[in-house]
Amino acid sequence: MKITDKIVEKHGLKPEEFTNIKKLLKREPNFLELGIFSAMWNEHCSYKSSRIHLKKLPTKGKQVIQGPGENAGIIDIGDDDAIVFKIESHNHPSYIEPYQGAATGVGGILRDVFTMGARPIAILNSIHFGSPEHPKTKSLLNGVVSGIGGYGNCIGIPTIAGETKFNETYNENILVNAMAVGHAKKDKIFYSKAKGLNKSVVYVGSKTGRDGIHGASMASAEFDENSEEKKPTVQVGDPFTEKLLMEACLELMKDNSIISIQDMGAAGLTSSSVEMASKGSLGIELELDKVPCREENMTPYEMMLSESQERMLIILEDKKEKEAKKIFDKWDLDFVVIGKTTDTNNLTLKFNNKIEGEIPIEALASKAPIYDRKWIKKKPTKTKFELKNLKKIKIEDALIKILSSPNHSNKSWVTNQYDQMVMCNTVQKSGSDAAIVRIHNKDKAIAVSVDSSANYCKSFPLTGGKQIVCENWRNLISVGAKPLAITNCLNFGNPENQEIMGEFAECLEGIKESCNFLNYPVVSGNVSFYNGTNKKNIYPTPVIGGVGLIKTLSTPMSHKFKKENSTLILIGKTFGHLEQSCFLKENYSIIEGMPPEINLLNEKNNGESLLKLIDKNLILSAHDISSGGLITALSEMTFTSDFGAKIYKPKKLTNLFKYFFGEDQARYILEIKTQNLTKVEKILKESNIYYENIGFTQENYFEIEGELKINTKDLFKINNQWYNNY
Amino acid sequence: MKSSVIVFPGSNCDRDVAVALEKMQFKNQMVWHKETKLPQSDLIVVPGGFSYGDYLRSGAIAGKSLIIDEVIKAANSGCLILGICNGFQILTETGLLKGTLLRNKNLRFINKDIHIKVLNNDTKFTNKYNNEQILKINIAHNEGNYFTNSNHLEELKKEKLIAFKYCNETGDINDDSNPNGSLENIAGIFNSNKNILGMMPHPERMVDEVLSNKDGVNLFSSLLK
Repeated sequence: MKITDKIVEKHGLKPEEFTNIKKLLKREPNFLELGIFSAMWNEHCSYKSSRIHLKKLPTKGKQVIQGPGENAGIIDIGDDDAIVFKIESHNHPSYIEPYQGAATGVGGILRDVFTMGARPIAILNSIHFGSPEHPKTKSLLNGVVSGIGGYGNCIGIPTIAGETKFNETYNENILVNAMAVGHAKKDKIFYSKAKGLNKSVVYVGSKTGRDGIHGASMASAEFDENSEEKKPTVQVGDPFTEKLLMEACLELMKDNSIISIQDMGAAGLTSSSVEMASKGSLGIELELDKVPCREENMTPYEMMLSESQERMLIILEDKKEKEAKKIFDKWDLDFVVIGKTTDTNNLTLKFNNKIEGEIPIEALASKAPIYDRKWIKKKPTKTKFELKNLKKIKIEDALIKILSSPNHSNKSWVTNQYDQMVMCNTVQKSGSDAAIVRIHNKDKAIAVSVDSSANYCKSFPLTGGKQIVCENWRNLISVGAKPLAITNCLNFGNPENQEIMGEFAECLEGIKESCNFLNYPVVSGNVSFYNGTNKKNIYPTPVIGGVGLIKTLSTPMSHKFKKENSTLILIGKTFGHLEQSCFLKENYSIIEGMPPEINLLNEKNNGESLLKLIDKNLILSAHDISSGGLITALSEMTFTSDFGAKIYKPKKLTNLFKYFFGEDQARYILEIKTQNLTKVEKILKESNIYYENIGFTQENYFEIEGELKINTKDLFKINNQWYNNY
Repeated sequence: MKSSVIVFPGSNCDRDVAVALEKMQFKNQMVWHKETKLPQSDLIVVPGGFSYGDYLRSGAIAGKSLIIDEVIKAANSGCLILGICNGFQILTETGLLKGTLLRNKNLRFINKDIHIKVLNNDTKFTNKYNNEQILKINIAHNEGNYFTNSNHLEELKKEKLIAFKYCNETGDINDDSNPNGSLENIAGIFNSNKNILGMMPHPERMVDEVLSNKDGVNLFSSLLK
């Protein structure tokens, strides 16, 4: 077949990229080879627009065993335990086919984790939908939530934390990010780097079908009005087979037969084989007629580009085939030697004993294009609103508006569809600042949280990037965990647009600053560009997934009020920052100005001191203050608790709206036994921390002196209405 | 006491229930679905999960598996059998328990802590509970909506074969306290010999204060005698 310009364009390759391919090959590629280049050189697999920026992120630390570049990142949590985790996007497929798109997003990220020898112990997600009034939102929400649940529930791994948000910026391009966390033994970690010549390359798992062909290329382009036609590029998930594959792999990993292992994710057999060979500086030869196929007459092109799920590629030590096959037979899974490692440094594809394609590995990997795209800096915006000119409202009404808004409503409609308890190690579920999972058979635990602040990132990406890392850090601190490392999922619009590329570069700069200062390295992640439809780009939405360690699990820390008559302390300074706040958005539809400033020094100091107080057992409950400000955080502390609170009128900042709804950062509310107050104050003073005594807990009512008094059960009801009426 | 936990491909609460049994001092063994012989056991547990993916009808394929013939034989000779969640669905597919489990009334998967009331504490499974005791317990299922014909329902009532009913915190059994649409709020039933219990809630998730509560402990300790 003659490769025409049209065919090149259909493969998502630019004319100059095609010229480059011809140069690298020293000839025209055939159709199969072109397909392989398109799979490896697209944005999703090559990170061509993001790579030079990603390099700036801090990725090292005493706690890091493996940083970015492998299937997932790995951190040390003491003893012989390691935590393996990563987040990944499945935005494009989920918009086209919400159930399968979301389900396979979960399946894919789980494979990344168990490929490395870890048993997955938790699933998290960050899902963003368009405005609730948009005609598609309801069915997308239903499909995505049941897809996430459908996969996790069946495979038997608890889905324990996440966020569900709505914003019209996602009307035509939703976000579905899934994160998986696994536990491994430090001396039993598996990597993808091939080693040794003439080693067997084994295909295990599901058979290959025609589903998901060109999925990665689809995910590297904007949508248009014909997006629906892309349905066949979405893969179909089979959590049952993945469960078998997981158990079989973990069983095989008990002995020493695996040299390297790689899951077949985006760009399937192509990217897995190229990755293994490239890391090992070897060649790889595949006999494609041996690939187990689900459908008849599949061509080498289809086999190499299929994204059928639940498949793995393993390079085995000599003479281990028989034993290994026995394990896969037990689990009724295919196990076929389809090739070997070679010294040619080529990807060689044979079909019926004929060479159908041959490409130097480096042309697909290290020689893939890298772009330093032009970008422009965001200018600080000035705000136009003045608080005194706005229509007068009551504090109570403003609070109710926030608590009953889609973004702040209780999410149990969502989380009740996820099995959160299976594996019997879930100490704290969704709805807390961070979820807590115990390490099996030990008395230590990890805390996990995923966070994003698209509005902040849109208004000023540098601050937004900083803020989101800090918020994630705070969430782990609030449950008494020492934050160790993060994974990030960077959801952005079209990188060929200079403003969008600027949002990316500056968000990353912000993330970098916070991570550096907080010793909170990035160990894995994923970039998703081209989120938008017909030139309308989404808000920049970096999502941060953090993991922290709770060394000894005694009483887990939560944000629920525990006792009557405890003292409530607010740590961190309140300036009353209302720009970009939830208060203005929900009550006046004003989205203006700059996000709240981040002071990393205070952030670190406040967080570490709180951790000290929790370790000394001086805190009954703790909650970080985020979107919605102090009053929203206080309300949340009354939910499902038997206690409310009475809050004094502020002594310094006299504007009540600024005081109660301001979104100043680095703040926490602490509930402490009144008799412990002096001890707590002493530690706070020694650490130079600004704090205020803001009130005390009481039965039944949430009250602000002279301003409002609401029964906490009614408040909780208000918080629960939205989803049930949607 | 010796127990066996049957493991189907797709079982996912097998480890959880084994941990609970061992904690309660059972000598437990895991039994793979392709086995044709059961180890000597006083109690056989059919655990929760998605046996064979449950792509057909929940429990339908497991109900025809190799090992299940042995479970049926053991049940008929009086061995104690406990089916939890998918295990309950499987036991109804084998005919060891009558009735069936339909799709939840709201057509969604439900995972949450709910309350159940002990309706008969004069059995090997429930003797450590008080009659009418209210337990807080976790459910996690797509198909937990119990249904049976009117003759069998009469029998269940007359012979006191209803083990648990869904209720609220204060013990009221009504539509509001029925999470999945089960007939008369039924959450678990016995066979007529009362050596088989099938229940949708997960007692193995309620044996550890750090995670939840200990309301499931007495189910296992009742069996220990």
